[in-house]
Amino acid sequence: MASHKLLFPVLILGVSAWAEGPTYKIGRAPTAEEIKAQDISINPVTGKELPPGHGTAAEGAKLFVSKACAACHGANGYGGRAPTLIVPRGYPTKTGKGPERIPNIMPGMEMGIESPGLMAVHAPYAPVLWDFISRGMPLNKEGSLTPDEVYSITAFLLWKGEVIKEDEVMDQNTLPKVKMPHLDLATEPAIWKKGPRLANYP
Amino acid sequence: MDSKKPNRRGFLKGGAAIVGVAAGAAESARGQAPAIAAYSKKELIGYGERSHFVTALREPAPGRPSPDAFGLVFHVATPLQDQTGFITPSSLHYTATHRGAFVPDIDPKEHRLVIHGMVDRPVVFTMDDLKRFPSVTRFHFIECAGNSARATHKTVQQSHGLTSTAAWTGVPLSTLLKEAGVQSGGIWIVAEGAEEVKGASSIPMTKAMDDCLVCYGMNGEPVRPQQGFPLRLMVPGYEGIFQVKYLRRIKVVDRYYWTYNDYGHRKTDPKEVALGNQIGPKSVITFPSGGQKLSSPGMYEISGLAWSGAGAIRGVEVSTDGGTTWKAAALKGTAYKMAHTQFGYEWNWDGKECELMSRCTDEWGTVQPTLAQIAKYWNEPLTKEVRVRGNNNAVQPWKIASDGSVTNGLA
Repeated sequence: MASHKLLFPVLILGVSAWAEGPTYKIGRAPTAEEIKAQDISINPVTGKELPPGHGTAAEGAKLFVSKACAACHGANGYGGRAPTLIVPRGYPTKTGKGPERIPNIMPGMEMGIESPGLMAVHAPYAPVLWDFISRGMPLNKEGSLTPDEVYSITAFLLWKGEVIKEDEVMDQNTLPKVKMPHLDLATEPAIWKKGPRLANYP
Repeated sequence: MDSKKPNRRGFLKGGAAIVGVAAGAAESARGQAPAIAAYSKKELIGYGERSHFVTALREPAPGRPSPDAFGLVFHVATPLQDQTGFITPSSLHYTATHRGAFVPDIDPKEHRLVIHGMVDRPVVFTMDDLKRFPSVTRFHFIECAGNSARATHKTVQQSHGLTSTAAWTGVPLSTLLKEAGVQSGGIWIVAEGAEEVKGASSIPMTKAMDDCLVCYGMNGEPVRPQQGFPLRLMVPGYEGIFQVKYLRRIKVVDRYYWTYNDYGHRKTDPKEVALGNQIGPKSVITFPSGGQKLSSPGMYEISGLAWSGAGAIRGVEVSTDGGTTWKAAALKGTAYKMAHTQFGYEWNWDGKECELMSRCTDEWGTVQPTLAQIAKYWNEPLTKEVRVRGNNNAVQPWKIASDGSVTNGLA
């Protein structure tokens, strides 16, 4: 009998957890495979959703041409019709005419350039680059790159951007450990609260 | 089918012929009957078109062309100067895309929305599923973060056309998140579209649970393809890029994810970050505005739109003397939260040069700033091109010349 008395409050707790269940019971539960097939969002810090696979800058250099990255971004990652990815040291970072300007860039395509000689693109964490290339590149064939190819192209850009060494292998363990040069420039927004954007702003 | 399409030249010719007949017959005191327009059956019965006398059109926003060298559409602006009332017709609603985009052709029967991540019960909805939930319809504006007036802009379409208001219909996101059961620690969501780049944004759970909508309707019909057909997330008051089109997935996560759109809007100064995301209180006079002309001195109603990402508009003031004095304008109808609100101000133009401005105050008492106030806040000299951090909600001046022509006061 004593054991029954002990059980009772446990049952009550169980019931209250159920009470937080769905109200409308519309929709169905997706399978784990269904979710995995769609879940292309990569945690920027831990990279926990990164798939198995690996790549190197040498492979990436070949893919940069064969997957037509170079056709839009320029043979060396700058000077193309698409946004600048790499800016060599001593090279200008603004568009337009004149010796101090990057030639042959369409207006707006200088976006993301921080400083010459370092990673031109400003991803605060390396998995962010992986996520971006994996979901959004190449134009008209988005989502077609294999994980190995994305690791390789990422490695190529990180090497050209003087972030990793040429022979470093990028995979789901090494990529999240890469220290990006522009982390200090990336401020995360605060949790939203109802009200004005910024106190004392006119 | 093409041969049945109304041909404008034939249409006008047909109209002229009917006028001839009508002119001969109509001698009564009621006056001459107008010509009868030769509309197609589609227009008369199936899906109506506006009058061919009405010519307002969207146009690519200044800067990067649309379509561009790749054929991608980037930013296309609403003709606010031609709009009546506060609703933008769906056909003229501004559109903007992440990096320039093509419009995906999505079969709504095949479309799914998945909610997963830090939830007790991952769930997938069909469009039919979503329409079974209790729905809401709300007026909301959307404004692109790039909707920033410059001295070079000639018209209000160029300076302010990347914003529009529509009636959006859908299910509160909070309803769907509660169905899935958000786990503690799930303080952000990543919302993702089904288009080619799978554009995605991180949104705080506080906002997701407060007033976000998963929308399948817009102005009384399904969301238009350029606006995210068949499903679009509405994040009221937030910059346009957060209103994820072609919504296919919501992942509940424990941190800001620096995903596709977040990365593109990366900022450093915390103040500048705070001034991004949510739109500040903003207003603009749409009549008279740049490129228009007042025909003669006399009475005009100055009219325009006001909106705030923080809530409803409480009041609008108008200055007809370049900001020296301000007078209250009338708000037209209900001021809805995070929606354009139309205002009007009766004005007797004396035929002299002057400068018109409007400024609004939202329900929090926040007043739309002038460019001078913004420059002062950032300790910068007031020049024609002050860099406004975050969403540019500065007061817009329009200059009236003595001949009645209207030009950009920033120029």
